[in-house]
Amino acid sequence: MESLNVYATRLLEKKEYFAPGHRACQGCAEALAVRLVAKALGNNVIVGSATGCMEIVSSPLPFTNWKVPWLHVAFENAAAVLTGAESGYKALVRKGKRAEKGTVFLAMGGDGATTDIGFQALSGAFERGHDFLYVCYDNEAYMNTGIQRSSSTPFGASTTTSPAGKVSHGQMTWKKNMAEIAVAHNVPYVATACSSYPFDLMQKVEKAAKHPGPAYVHILSVCPTGWRLPANKAIWIGRLAVETGVFPLYEVIDGKYGLTFEVPELRPVEEYLHPQGRFRHLTPDLIETIQTRVTAEYKKLVAKTQMKI
Amino acid sequence: MGKRVGIEVSIAAADAVKMADVDVVAAYPITPQTHIVEHLSELVANGELDAEFIPVESEHSAMSVCCGSSAIGARTFTCTSSQGLALMNEIVFIAASLRLPIVMILANRSLSGPLSIWNDHTDVMSVRDCGWIQVFTETGQEVFDHVMWAFRVAESQKVSLPVIVNMDGFILTHVIEPIEFWDEETVKQYLPDFKPLNVLDPEKPTSVGAFGMPDIYTEAKMAQNDALLKSKPEILKAWKELGDLTGRYYKPVETYKTDDAETIFVTMGSIGETVAMAVDELREQDKSAGLIKLRLWRPFPFDELREAAKGAKQLIIIDRAISYGGPGGPVASEIRSIFYGEDNMPAVTNFICGLAGRDVTPDDYIAMFDKSQKMLAGKVRQEDYVFYGVRE
Repeated sequence: MESLNVYATRLLEKKEYFAPGHRACQGCAEALAVRLVAKALGNNVIVGSATGCMEIVSSPLPFTNWKVPWLHVAFENAAAVLTGAESGYKALVRKGKRAEKGTVFLAMGGDGATTDIGFQALSGAFERGHDFLYVCYDNEAYMNTGIQRSSSTPFGASTTTSPAGKVSHGQMTWKKNMAEIAVAHNVPYVATACSSYPFDLMQKVEKAAKHPGPAYVHILSVCPTGWRLPANKAIWIGRLAVETGVFPLYEVIDGKYGLTFEVPELRPVEEYLHPQGRFRHLTPDLIETIQTRVTAEYKKLVAKTQMKI
Repeated sequence: MGKRVGIEVSIAAADAVKMADVDVVAAYPITPQTHIVEHLSELVANGELDAEFIPVESEHSAMSVCCGSSAIGARTFTCTSSQGLALMNEIVFIAASLRLPIVMILANRSLSGPLSIWNDHTDVMSVRDCGWIQVFTETGQEVFDHVMWAFRVAESQKVSLPVIVNMDGFILTHVIEPIEFWDEETVKQYLPDFKPLNVLDPEKPTSVGAFGMPDIYTEAKMAQNDALLKSKPEILKAWKELGDLTGRYYKPVETYKTDDAETIFVTMGSIGETVAMAVDELREQDKSAGLIKLRLWRPFPFDELREAAKGAKQLIIIDRAISYGGPGGPVASEIRSIFYGEDNMPAVTNFICGLAGRDVTPDDYIAMFDKSQKMLAGKVRQEDYVFYGVRE
């Protein structure tokens, strides 16, 4: 297995399209995810970023980390902006004003930009059926502004606006399941990924880009700063998220579910929760509540993969 | 020149957009803008206009789609009113800072609340400082001509800024007027293909919309302001050439009987014609009245306004918007500050009227004229203004 990992890495494209030198925190698994997505898509792409960590760390004027065309307009509209670019491209190609080169349109945003403020624009873009790929880099809170809760923050996590206190255990609500919401839009290609599984992530992004129509990839992007975790533990905790069933890796292609990383026996969620400072305050009964929910959700997902459609 | 037809102004405006061979239209329906976008989608559905019509889920997304399509080099149009403009407000400002030459017709309507669908200028005044070129029209013909003009100015490489063409809701959008259409040859002559300096292209990657730290923000904003100021020669050139082709010469400030006038009304948009009737009547009563119609609102035509008002002892500024708790209407407060400290500074009275479609007739303007004379017998201060025609 060790040697296979060494070999497989060599098969990868050496070129980077998200250049080093960005200003992300140490151990940022989101920047890693962006780099992997950019690598998977190559240079024939137009990228539109929502405002957020990845936008500010990669574009402090007069510098840029983007070796591909990149556009940022605002926080909540990356899906609208990029579908505008895609529509303009389509019109120009049809009218013979621009050559058809199979350019990929990638819109990206964090969990706040996707599941909260940009939710409407994304839903509209899905519904209109543009040929574009939306990638959500989910670090489970508004990290750029200082770790405030979003609708993607998991139950029990302490953030600066869902702090654990004498009468609160932190986030009181369950994480919004954005991938399922994309499926509900009949988006032809939907997947979850995590930068702890780089090959899986890149394969999904390539597939998503090739699949006609809208595509959605939801990437769990570990944020050591916001999750109160040592910087060198980001990849490890991402693996635990998958192995405990907290964040299962799967694809939904034209409505058909398939797990891309099967976990024969889920590890206890406590192994995932315990190392993270944001869950430090959780009592055994709350951990049990989370365990029950994770097990149930995982079962539901497995049942969907067994559905005949 | 093309033929002259009797047509609803909204339909003619959409036809003008079609004749400009627009590539992308993104819009969300709102009264009284609807007829324009309905007709555009009809033209696309019938294959008469080869464009992507993007029926977005909100005005915020309409302007966002426009940013994306303009950035890729597509000729881009949108259209809205009132609350729609308020919702897209954030992106309106960004579009100008990204120097994206989007053209927008704003069918002017009052802002809520109370909810009202009728015409005034409270919507456009909410984006006064958005960095777009802003122009007002008075007739259907002016709307048609200014669609062509707007694309021509916006997309000029010397300008590269978005343009708002204001047309009064209902008063212009829903009336049938005689409008002379341009023929295709004239359009071709006047409006070259859109060739932006920068487009999003994988073969020539650029980063657009980067993040500005305090050490660069001021410079970026100053450059943006310079760009708007420097658009003026192109604006004038485009009007001159439009005049040479159509015989209709437009100016940043239009005047009517101002040469010897002691008292001059200042208006924007479709009320100009009504006030002109009042001026005629006042002249018949041997009262020295004239009229200035502000066509160009941004960049502001300082010199032209000073020239037009030369010799006037008094200006009556008609505002169709309010600056709550401020120094009167937005037009009046700007004009007061333009003349402050000038030699022979005219006295200014300010009337706020015609809000949300309330009719204002020539007799009303005559009454304002008379009231102004009385007011000026005393002292009129910066913060003095009159809500005209309030029912008691």
